[in-house]
Amino acid sequence: MKLAGFLFLLAGWAIVVAAVVLLPPANPRAIFVVAGVAVEIIGLALLIRSNPLAGMEKE
Amino acid sequence: MTPVPGPVFTPEVAVSVILILLVPFAVAGISLINTGLGRSRSAAHTMLASMCIFAVAAGVYLICGFAWQGYIGAPARVIVAAGREWNWLARAPFFLHGLEFDGAPSSLAACLQIFSVGLAALIPLGAGLDRWKLSAACASTALLAGCTYPLFAHWVWGGGWLAQLGVNAAMGHGVVDAGGSGVIQAVGGLTALSIAWILGPRRGKYSLEGMPTALPGHDAILILFGCFLTLLGWLGLNSAGAILFTGASPARILLISINTPLAAGAALLVAVSITRFRFGRPDVSISANGWVGGLVASSASCAFVTPFAAIVIGAIAGALVTYSVEWFELHFGVDDPGGAVSVHAVAGIWGLLAVAVFAHFPAPVVNVAAGALRAASTLDAGQWLAQLVAIATLIGFVLPLTYGLNLALDRFWPQRVVAEGERQGLDLYELGAGAYPEFVTHSEEFTQLR
Repeated sequence: MKLAGFLFLLAGWAIVVAAVVLLPPANPRAIFVVAGVAVEIIGLALLIRSNPLAGMEKE
Repeated sequence: MTPVPGPVFTPEVAVSVILILLVPFAVAGISLINTGLGRSRSAAHTMLASMCIFAVAAGVYLICGFAWQGYIGAPARVIVAAGREWNWLARAPFFLHGLEFDGAPSSLAACLQIFSVGLAALIPLGAGLDRWKLSAACASTALLAGCTYPLFAHWVWGGGWLAQLGVNAAMGHGVVDAGGSGVIQAVGGLTALSIAWILGPRRGKYSLEGMPTALPGHDAILILFGCFLTLLGWLGLNSAGAILFTGASPARILLISINTPLAAGAALLVAVSITRFRFGRPDVSISANGWVGGLVASSASCAFVTPFAAIVIGAIAGALVTYSVEWFELHFGVDDPGGAVSVHAVAGIWGLLAVAVFAHFPAPVVNVAAGALRAASTLDAGQWLAQLVAIATLIGFVLPLTYGLNLALDRFWPQRVVAEGERQGLDLYELGAGAYPEFVTHSEEFTQLR
């Protein structure tokens, strides 16, 4: 799960960079940047969940 | 015959030099805070590690860091995409070769960066307290000072692609980070998160059920005195950074000198209030973390916000730090004794975002890093995107890079001290003597050596 988390982080960043470089300065670019950040947040969540101690106190 | 112009040492340069020479106070302050937040049996180790880390960071940065970070207008490697040139790495000589120390902006930037990289490298020590080997901390610092930091610093402060976003992609002024909320603090804070993950929690920190145990810092006076020193250092850092990296006029030092303590004070009061409300009494270590979090968040926008906005930025930072310290420890299972991740990464990222929310740029002040000045003087929707791209780069690129580098280092050179060393304390195990030999607070461990 940790590897998947890091892959999500890199994929999200790639989306952001591609949007900045390739898309015109209009709405689509902003949407893709926000989408890339959302993918990174999923990656962060996966990374945090991959920690064996995360959320143990709830069980 | 035309006389050859001599070194330029104007009053502005003198002011910049004085401001830069305040920055070591921030380094000293963070060192004291980390030491106070650690355990007494590792206190001397933490202070020595702080000095070693600073020394290694300065040395590695001198060898190759500045060459890759460069400065505005220096030769750089570019990628041409969609008809535009994107600057991604500097091509300056190693060992500061060829740099004239005559008061030119490039020499001032190099001087400031020596201290800045030391400050960034100190941050992970807060997350690795009481279990990070001295040698491993130095090796990890070399990776940060030689690779992670110069790369991101070039992108924002050296005229790199993040600074170019205003010109190349019509995103406001490009990424604005006057005092280093992102470049120094968030880079250091994300490295701290990597270190905390790789090292794992201290022995005895979590029960078998995963409940964290309180392992309080050993010296509140060191922590609070460190907080005062950080204010002095941050005044220099924010002012010098704003002048050198965003083109702010020296007159802005007055505004920065007001905004910086206001943000720190607001963050402190919010942290004191929250802990007083939740636990019945103010918590010293969390309140101190709130203070530093306010300083961290103030850095990016200090020269371009009103004092009232600085208070709001600081107050939000104080609340963020207070709650995120608890979340990281309780819910995310991250043992971060110094609160480095919350204080430097979380508050740093908030500081970057605060530029988009609160900053007003007098034209033509910023974007010198892109080599062109834009005349926009009010809030620009594109500025939001620029700051968001910087945050995305920190989380999506810097975090995987620094984690990967430190994990690779850990494979070859295990970073965590062995169990016996942790039980004895790093002072005895790695240095052979305790910081407070006349105290008998750990009698059973000292008596073993009789």
